[in-house]
Amino acid sequence: MKPQETQKPAANSVLDQRKRQVVTKGDALFDIACETKSVAGSVSQRACVFCGSRVVLYPLADALHLVHGPIGCASYTWDIRGALSSGPQLHRMSFSTDLSEMDIILGGEKQLYRCLVELIDAYRPKAAFVYSTCIVGLIGDDVEAVCAQVSREKGLSVIPVFSEGFAGTKKDGYKAACDALGRLLGTGSTEGIVPHAINLLGEFNLAGETWLIKDYYRRMGVDVVATVTGDGRIDDIRRMHGAALNVVQCSGSVMHLAKRLKEQFGQPYIRVSYFGVEDTAKALYDVAEHFGDAAMMDRARALVREEVAALMPELMCIKKDLAGKRAAVYVGGSFKAFSLVRALRLLGMGTVLAGSQTGTKEDYRELEKICDPGTVIVDDTNPLELCAFLKEKGCDLLIGGVKERPIAHKLGLGFCDHNHERKKSLAGFVGMLNFAREVQATVMSPVWQFVPRPSGAAERTP
Amino acid sequence: MLLRHTTAAVAEREALTINPAKTCQPIGAMYAALGIHACLPHSHGSQGCCSYHRSTLTRHYKEPVMAGTSSFTEGSSVFGGQANLLQAIANIFSIYDPDVIAVHTTCLSETIGDDLVQIIAKAREEGSIPPGKMVIHTNTPSYAGSHVTGFSSMVKSMVGYFSEPSDTRSQTINIIPGWVEPSDMREIKRLAGLMGADAIVFPDTSDVLDAPQTGKHVFYPKGGVTMPALRRTGESAVTLALGPAASEAAAKALDVKCGVPCETMTLPIGLQATDRFIDAVRQYSGRGVPAIIEEERGRLIDVMTDMGQYLQGKRVALWGDPDQLVALSEFLVDLDMKPVYVVTGTPGKVFERRMEKALQGRVPEAQIRQGATADMFLMHQWIKQEPVDLLIGNTYGKYIARDEDIPFVRHGFPILDRVGHSYFPTVGYAGAIRLLEKFLDVFLDRRDRDDPEERFELVM
Repeated sequence: MKPQETQKPAANSVLDQRKRQVVTKGDALFDIACETKSVAGSVSQRACVFCGSRVVLYPLADALHLVHGPIGCASYTWDIRGALSSGPQLHRMSFSTDLSEMDIILGGEKQLYRCLVELIDAYRPKAAFVYSTCIVGLIGDDVEAVCAQVSREKGLSVIPVFSEGFAGTKKDGYKAACDALGRLLGTGSTEGIVPHAINLLGEFNLAGETWLIKDYYRRMGVDVVATVTGDGRIDDIRRMHGAALNVVQCSGSVMHLAKRLKEQFGQPYIRVSYFGVEDTAKALYDVAEHFGDAAMMDRARALVREEVAALMPELMCIKKDLAGKRAAVYVGGSFKAFSLVRALRLLGMGTVLAGSQTGTKEDYRELEKICDPGTVIVDDTNPLELCAFLKEKGCDLLIGGVKERPIAHKLGLGFCDHNHERKKSLAGFVGMLNFAREVQATVMSPVWQFVPRPSGAAERTP
Repeated sequence: MLLRHTTAAVAEREALTINPAKTCQPIGAMYAALGIHACLPHSHGSQGCCSYHRSTLTRHYKEPVMAGTSSFTEGSSVFGGQANLLQAIANIFSIYDPDVIAVHTTCLSETIGDDLVQIIAKAREEGSIPPGKMVIHTNTPSYAGSHVTGFSSMVKSMVGYFSEPSDTRSQTINIIPGWVEPSDMREIKRLAGLMGADAIVFPDTSDVLDAPQTGKHVFYPKGGVTMPALRRTGESAVTLALGPAASEAAAKALDVKCGVPCETMTLPIGLQATDRFIDAVRQYSGRGVPAIIEEERGRLIDVMTDMGQYLQGKRVALWGDPDQLVALSEFLVDLDMKPVYVVTGTPGKVFERRMEKALQGRVPEAQIRQGATADMFLMHQWIKQEPVDLLIGNTYGKYIARDEDIPFVRHGFPILDRVGHSYFPTVGYAGAIRLLEKFLDVFLDRRDRDDPEERFELVM
């Protein structure tokens, strides 16, 4: 006898301990619990400290990235994020000290030293990052000392990243990465940097997005000194303190660095987003405003006019298909969720569920403000909850990452990867059009006529 | 040239793995556990481990992969993870209601020294494990072995926790398929079924990681070996362990625990290995080989004869898991091809000896390497010294394929950039035909692309 499908839990899909991490807009008292540790046993979609640090630093293409630990941590992060480089490709290799049982007993410092020396001799990188994994924190290797020694001997910056997986959440990994970058700050010459120069922070050049954004600023007459870290280079980080302004996207990952730059060098920062027409335009205007340069503002306005005019006709066509459809958004950082809610609205779509893995209270209040009444807002959700809400709310589209994609498809929903597996640029004006096309293609796909959809099914009219 | 930094000269590395041909144990334990019906794998360690394994399995199978984690914090790394696991077990049964929780450890919980047997006993004492439900565990320290070892350990634990000794022997054949695709497990069941054998295949990820689209997200899909079937493995007539690296440990444990004799075989990939598998099933099922299987075999040999001219003498580089490499190499030699470079990151005693046997003395120039520094970087260096005509291995070969412009057939784990492996087997005679088709496609597509106009041929 073959067992039958077991359609399990349904009645109450929210773990008791998690009840305060789920709220609905319109609830009398909006008080979401967040920035908590995940509940043990929950099928959380979150990752660890190491993951967070790797995400931030990995796109630095001319640096060596050595993962100090057993093989897994290196192999699971081997070239999985499409952070493109216009030059060196060293970041796409996977280097590991591959610690074995004996190293755990005797310590991994010698192994680390040998690996660093061999790698630096072979690849001559601009700098090296050494990521500590769980086990390294536990066996107590003095990674700092080994890095310092190799640094002296080889004459380049060898920087430890304190990213033991258990020491917090992915967010703490962002901070560990920013601390590592902090060691490079102010170490390069700022000669030749023009007054109208900025740094792009929290832009990872997925699908070439950094190039697009840089081009917008260039057209406004603004130079970009460093990008942290999309298509990033070590020497740029060393001189980034010479720029007039830090423009911070994906604030969760690099805010720490922006604050540090402000403290150390008095460099101001602004928060922006490049997702959606409104947010992209604002990101450009805010920079022009910062420089107080009327001509620059005129150029920005002209650019926005030109770009928007180019995409609007098609966008309005797509909107006809999508108007009234419902979307759910579950992403890593909450700042992106704001943009997505706005971008979806531009397409005539409502957002019935919005959430993130790592949002703060402040973020969720902001999210609540821009969402429609009745929108469910979740922190650190899991597949069971997600499915229950998607069914209850009747969705046509889920926006998420790797682990959410097959869930959406099984439910018969359209899906859009707004994480690192996006294949087309979703940033900027061009990105808005790509996003709209992708949403249209998935929501209106002919495949849905062959499958049952939970509710709110999109009928494709021929 | 993505790998532009790779030099041809091989410098002996003492330490250091570059572009690994393996990953760590826990993901193997997770994959094996998914082959038990209504089982929720559970990672006893930091949250990242679980997230990485689920993401990697999802990228390979394009399926939702459910697993819990103990979500270690700094506190647990000091005081141990007992409190986390106890809470996790209680939470999982109350919310996700699986039949089985299959816990595997990580480098973190192993080094802390958490005693899983004791923690599980305590959970039972506290009443967090409902009657009829099971919590099983296996130890998978990431700093030893590889993903294959982790798989093997979890399968062995299934025997330890479930198999029940019996005074009577049934006619049933246990088949431990090893770390193969859901499609392969389905094919193994089909072949056994055609021969009238009553077989228990475990683990069995068919109908779990190749689930159909139904408009529902089924938390526990209908596939997977059931608890009652696992219990009955103790009274079976024999266990066939397909592949020593992934399956032998469990088969031997079953022999020791329940006295079920076992036979370790090569994974049934290719002609001869499938012959041996079919013959073993025939012996133990006591029935003849049906015509339908004879005909499948005949069709395979027919393709081998028809298209052999395009394969003869081709030099092949392979990497991946030991059981697959041995079986593939034997098949390649039977096709008159030359597996010249073979690399696996998985350590193990019998691999080199088995490889030697598989090569049948016909590839004296073969270079075989296993263990820590046996990685894709070394493989690439060998290729730079003397090139090959074909690459066979997981997705990570695509860098070499592109840089060196070499035809590439994906096989093994993980395959992150193609589909098909979940649906079309490479085991059995039909699977061998599929492999042949893949080899021929990449060779002949290449000729159609590269041959000068005057040499361009319609008929091949």
